[in-house]
Amino acid sequence: MSHLFNKLGWFALAATGAFAFAFIALHLGESIGAIWIVVATVCVYTIAYRFYSQFISRRVLRVDPIRMTPAYKFNDGLDYVPTNKYVLFGHHFAAIAGAGPLVGPILAAQMGYMPGMLWLLAGVVFAGAVQDFIVLFISTRRDGRSLGDLIKSELGQVPGMIALFGTFFIMLILLAVLALIVVKALAESPWGTFTVAATIPIALFMGVYARFIRPGAIGEVSMVGFALLMMSIVAGQYVQEIPALAALFTLTGEQLTWLLIAYGFIASVLPIWLLLAPRDYLSTFLKIGTIVGLAIGVIFISPELKMPAFTQFVDGSGPVWSGSLFPFLFITIACGAVSGFHSLISSGTTPKMIRNESDARFIGYGAMLMESFVAIMALVAASTIEPGVYFAMNSPAAIIGSTAESATQAISQWGFYVTPEMITQTARDVGEHTIISRTGGAPTLAVGMAQILSDVVGGRSMMAFWYHFAILFEALFILTAVDAGTRAGRFMLQDLLGTFIPSMKRTDSIVASLIATAICVAGWGYFLYQGVIDPLGGINTLWPLFGIANQMLAGIALILCTCVLFKMKRDRFAWVTIVPATWVIVCTLTAAWQKIFDANPRIGFLAHANTYKEALADGTLLAPAKSLGQMQQVIFNDYVNTSLTCLFMLVLLSMLVFGVRTVLRARGAGGPTAKEAPFELLPAEAAPGT
Amino acid sequence: MLDKTTGIAKAACYVRQTLRLMVGVPPYSTYVTHMKNTHPDQPVMSYQEFFRERQEARYGGNGKVTRCC
Repeated sequence: MSHLFNKLGWFALAATGAFAFAFIALHLGESIGAIWIVVATVCVYTIAYRFYSQFISRRVLRVDPIRMTPAYKFNDGLDYVPTNKYVLFGHHFAAIAGAGPLVGPILAAQMGYMPGMLWLLAGVVFAGAVQDFIVLFISTRRDGRSLGDLIKSELGQVPGMIALFGTFFIMLILLAVLALIVVKALAESPWGTFTVAATIPIALFMGVYARFIRPGAIGEVSMVGFALLMMSIVAGQYVQEIPALAALFTLTGEQLTWLLIAYGFIASVLPIWLLLAPRDYLSTFLKIGTIVGLAIGVIFISPELKMPAFTQFVDGSGPVWSGSLFPFLFITIACGAVSGFHSLISSGTTPKMIRNESDARFIGYGAMLMESFVAIMALVAASTIEPGVYFAMNSPAAIIGSTAESATQAISQWGFYVTPEMITQTARDVGEHTIISRTGGAPTLAVGMAQILSDVVGGRSMMAFWYHFAILFEALFILTAVDAGTRAGRFMLQDLLGTFIPSMKRTDSIVASLIATAICVAGWGYFLYQGVIDPLGGINTLWPLFGIANQMLAGIALILCTCVLFKMKRDRFAWVTIVPATWVIVCTLTAAWQKIFDANPRIGFLAHANTYKEALADGTLLAPAKSLGQMQQVIFNDYVNTSLTCLFMLVLLSMLVFGVRTVLRARGAGGPTAKEAPFELLPAEAAPGT
Repeated sequence: MLDKTTGIAKAACYVRQTLRLMVGVPPYSTYVTHMKNTHPDQPVMSYQEFFRERQEARYGGNGKVTRCC
């Protein structure tokens, strides 16, 4: 009887989901409430979790609930601690959720909400969550080892080194694009710049407090820090209104770039307890709190989606980023659908704390579904903004000019309704001088969030507060990532260089660390600067590079998963990872190819370089260059981008070759060849359900 | 009634544990119990030492990536 009820329940859920999709499909031409999107996506997630992840867990991986886990085997109360699965879910989710799932969908909204939504759903169910889950499983069965180690032991030493090398460049591009988002959000915005600058002294104070005054009182120090942060947002408004102070905090993009580069260098050589750790407390808790707040807002307010389901820009002529739906949508939305970076987290601290193999499904697959939901909310937030205003905020000045009138004229020609008053009124509502060409996604999300959150608390008068709250929240965790990422990059670099120059490997040597840090900062600083001075907004160049890099890593992780399935002799089920791996690899390689060779200078790096070369031959100057030297620089940048994209393609292709070789060998072998830790029985106290 | 309050206290405890683990600090009591049970001969770190050790492990490096984009 209960079996029947169970079946009826799932049938009802499926019917609800189908009804929500039908409702969305029947109202394509008009605006609908966000709740329909929420219902449709939650139904898809629930069904995928119940059926597909269970299939992967039981039939494909044959998860063994009595097998030893690293948490019990190496239990030390520190790194290896058997942890309750809900607590560990929170830890894992906090580690995978960041700026990525918030920015990608916002940029993708230029094609309408539908392409982004469909890719987020299909991508997470069949690619992203599968990758996270299987990598977590693989690492758990191998003493919680890291992705690089796993590739070395399952595919060979050389592919391991190649993967490590690729990861380092992803790090550089990631840091550059994240820093660019902050620069774009804070340029010419004294309120935003003041509040973000205020986080530095606040974090320093918290660091000293948690180190000496009340050692280890994380909760207490975070409350104090949070109160100070809120005060800094309020104070920011007064800073903006006092001309002398406003002038001090009104910085151009280039000034902010140099400040960020200096900040990145200094912050990453300071002791961790002083700045990095307290900043991490604030950004982690604020991130979780804001996501919960946004979910409550989206579900209870159910704001209306004003963006059409599809816009004419699916053909690739969009102003926010260029390139057609295939392949560029699939690299623009990385995090939230499938993100290679997660494979580093799934083979990081989480597998060392998992109590039981059977928890890997809930933590790996489940947390990724949750991240996808965060991305859906970001898409909703962007779609609730009037499309005309969305394009005014996200189109580069080179296309729409820099006044409300020129922007209105350009955007009206694309067929979106907008008036100069709408643009200036939005800027006034959020307490900024202008919102035109605030590219990078963060300001758009902030406007969307401010609209939703001010409906929950405070009304229109609170919109400016919520806008700057959202900017602060994003800048805070981006700056944490810049600091932590520069440190991680420095160690990776020392490790890599150490292979050739042994003295570079010494992480205790101050000279070696300073050199490695300087190289890292110079690396991401170069791409950041290039993005900031780009008249097409920088995002147009850097975000696809980041997407290609991230999906390249996803391709590598899925190749690893496929190899392991063949080595476990689960050939029958290998399609579970082969299908997403193929899709990710095809999208990444096509996008990379077009980024290099496309004839349109807005897409292809070489075509762009040629435009400048021809102009140079004619002796004319093209913006942003103001001298012949700068023209040379633009051409040089194009070649750097081309080389980097080539490098990503080569890394992915070589991993593919090594992967195929491994699979062929595994198929030739008589029995399983996976290099798992030997079977041991899990202690009785760790049985499931305890 | 008693059940209800202990239930809430338990839930609050889990929430606190989750938030602390999000920034890389597992429960100190678990560590102490573990040391007493399995390594009674070895010295146990004080909470302050434990906290510093955990901070160093989370942010100290060796190329570990503890967060995503």
